Amino acid sequence: MTAPRHPDVLVVGAGPAGLTAAARLAAAGARVEVLEREARPGGLPRTCAHGGFGPWPRTLTGPRYARLLTEAAERAGAALRTGVTALDWAPAGPVLTTVGPGGPETIAARAVLLATGARERPRAARLVPGTRPAGVFTTGELQRAVHLFGQHIGTRAVIAGATDVSYAAAGTVRAAGAEVVALVTEHPRAQTGRARAGAARLARSIPLLTGTTITELLGHGRLSGVRVRHRDGRTAVLPCDTVVFTGDFVPEHELARRGGLTLDPGTRGPATGATAHTSRPGVFAAGNLLHAVEPAGTAAREGARAADAVLDFLAGAPWPDPGVPVTVEAPLRWIAPNLVIPGAVPDRHVLRTAVPLPRPVLYVHQDGRLLHRQRLTAGTASPGRTLTVTARWHARVTPTGGPVRVSTG
Amino acid sequence: MTVTAEGPLPPVPYDVAIVGAGVVGCAIARDLARRPRLRVALLDAQDDVGQGTSKANTAILHTGFDATPGTLEARLVREGYARLGAYAAETGIPVERVGALLVAWDAEQLAALPGLAEKAARNAYPDTVLLGPEELYAREPHLGPGALGALHVPGESVICPWTTTLAYATQAVRAGVDLHLNTAVRGADRADGHLLTTSRGTLRARHLVNAAGLHADTLDRALGHDDFTVTPRRGQLLVYDKFARPLVRHILLPVPTALGKGVLVAPTVHGNVLLGPTAEDLRDKRATGSTADGTAALREQGRRVLPALLEEEVTAVYAGLRAATGQEDYRITAHPGQAYVTVGGIRSTGLTASLAIAAHVTGLLADGGLDLGPVREPEPLTMPNLGEAFPRPYQRADLIAADPAYGTLVCHCERVSRGEIRDALASTVPPRTLEGLRRRTRARGGRCQGFYCGAAVRELFERGAGP
Repeated sequence: MTAPRHPDVLVVGAGPAGLTAAARLAAAGARVEVLEREARPGGLPRTCAHGGFGPWPRTLTGPRYARLLTEAAERAGAALRTGVTALDWAPAGPVLTTVGPGGPETIAARAVLLATGARERPRAARLVPGTRPAGVFTTGELQRAVHLFGQHIGTRAVIAGATDVSYAAAGTVRAAGAEVVALVTEHPRAQTGRARAGAARLARSIPLLTGTTITELLGHGRLSGVRVRHRDGRTAVLPCDTVVFTGDFVPEHELARRGGLTLDPGTRGPATGATAHTSRPGVFAAGNLLHAVEPAGTAAREGARAADAVLDFLAGAPWPDPGVPVTVEAPLRWIAPNLVIPGAVPDRHVLRTAVPLPRPVLYVHQDGRLLHRQRLTAGTASPGRTLTVTARWHARVTPTGGPVRVSTG
Repeated sequence: MTVTAEGPLPPVPYDVAIVGAGVVGCAIARDLARRPRLRVALLDAQDDVGQGTSKANTAILHTGFDATPGTLEARLVREGYARLGAYAAETGIPVERVGALLVAWDAEQLAALPGLAEKAARNAYPDTVLLGPEELYAREPHLGPGALGALHVPGESVICPWTTTLAYATQAVRAGVDLHLNTAVRGADRADGHLLTTSRGTLRARHLVNAAGLHADTLDRALGHDDFTVTPRRGQLLVYDKFARPLVRHILLPVPTALGKGVLVAPTVHGNVLLGPTAEDLRDKRATGSTADGTAALREQGRRVLPALLEEEVTAVYAGLRAATGQEDYRITAHPGQAYVTVGGIRSTGLTASLAIAAHVTGLLADGGLDLGPVREPEPLTMPNLGEAFPRPYQRADLIAADPAYGTLVCHCERVSRGEIRDALASTVPPRTLEGLRRRTRARGGRCQGFYCGAAVRELFERGAGP
């Protein structure tokens, strides 16, 4: 074990949030180290060959966007260390143990920013029954296989899900020379823009099976098909050699949990207010670790905001009090930020619903007192799509009161 | 060293052919490999060792405390427990001696515990202790409410089933056993010894051992015996995320009923928590799928035993088929006139008993006229450690200093290094599929199931991990 390293800030994860924060921190003169356990920096955008990243209208492909963020962090003077994994915490403080080709290390920073991102829940976590054949993917694995390694993925693929990510997965399947058998969603319609769903259905003749669940994977050795069941009880087998489970993101929160950070019960990421402070002094969090998942641009903006909070902390600002928790009631799944901290009001909250909600109205209560009422969208709020609500009601929260409850009725 | 998976089989007759490279067949091969004069073939229909029942069991090293006293199974489990415990310590197969608690949830179950303690004593296992609820909850603070007491069986342990099978196969192959994979036995005739018809042509052997697991009855009938029928009994199991490991300290067993040993909650040496198995008698010997009803029933039972377990994510669901024969004992039978030994009906205790079964079968072969010749003990073997209770390569500064590949993590959830994947690919019995690589290294076996590392691991598997 070498002597401990002592940067001002240790950023864990070189995705949009981590890289943006590192660039801003280094530009402000802080000594910043960024750990990335993968061989290259960039995070998930690196594996997304499609466009739509960065400020509109001059958007970029994922890899190009990842490269720009990486170059900005390096130019600002952040030290990027790839192939190094943060393993665990020292008993106290913002101190982490790591391992890499150079061996084990202890990094004792003045502040740690966790930006470990999010991943999709795989087939096993979704408890999809059946055999365990080859040919079962998540979008993440599929995109890496196709875009980073040029691997063959099969000939006929069923896509589980009909969100934006699902359509991106369908595009990747086609780019790899395979046929998309169908997109399958339990919901009554696709959770994407009408243009995208229509284009997929008409121009590329990709069928969309709504109200339908995958009930069994079939095949020994290699996948031979998936059994599906429609809400009306009909079942069918779709012959295929590949199935891609898309969406259903969860935060990659291993380090957060190992560090004993208070997690929000909805997001399963660290509970935070507007400023990225976690329950562990000296430890901040940003990006999709806090809300799985929002677009890369949202993660990057949060990284920048977190960097400002880290700089204040390095300059001597005190650690804030825990704040008042913000909880959601079903069918809402989660809300972020999920703490109200006096004096730190976020631009907005993002939230998700578990089921489609036609013309939803949101109510915000504290101890039975209505703080806010807002129509969320004119149309139908869709699972898997971002919903936003204003944070103007923060001023009406009693700091010593009970948790704030957000509900649809 | 010979491991084949394609092409014709050697024309020269073997002294012994073992059909089935599960944990039992591999243990027998390893035992016979101690006799350098013997030419031994180990055959399996699948593309890896331990691909049938052996890969999907509950991974427990049993004391045999609850066996039926006086049976062959009771004796072989007791002997096998001691033998495998010592062998595991020698070869680095991970074992955690966590102990088991048979938890009583009602008065009837509580009343049954003293009888189980007596039965354990009759099985030469006197170390059981009755615990009251206070001590039970002190030992297992996350146990669900309502438990009345427990029988503590301190010797019950958890073990890595994949490393065990692989260790046997590795030693057997290194000592000269020919392992022929993708070799399904389709027929057996007598013509100057045994003449086996296989998917890869014919193979001759003077003596034959049937360790074909689920298919042992079929092979037995081909040799003219109608002694038993294997009914596959499916056991579905849920593997919970490593975050669940601190919730449980012992193997938590239900008090056995007429319907079997019931559902257990147990830590694994890999740092997960296991919930299962179901017990479903089926006809289809390929029905290794999980079902919605099966997993729902397991979760319901798990919720009572360890409520907090259900809050964690499931990392894997699998189903194994036990070779049930409707008899309360192993079906190990010598047919000396045929130079043939049947090793049938080896149930979930077979992992524990494997080394004792092997010694027993070698004895039966000798009784049947096989000249064993002198003994030469195999070269010592150290298996790669997959156990979380022992230092993994990424935790060993000395190893990484000597070879940085052990500090380069490829599979992040399970912390598997490039060096370990490279070693597995270059090993004596190398993996032929990504699943085989997973059983040797745990790569892709963690909570993300390949989201992060799947493509990178596949790249190393298909193109080689380099020096």
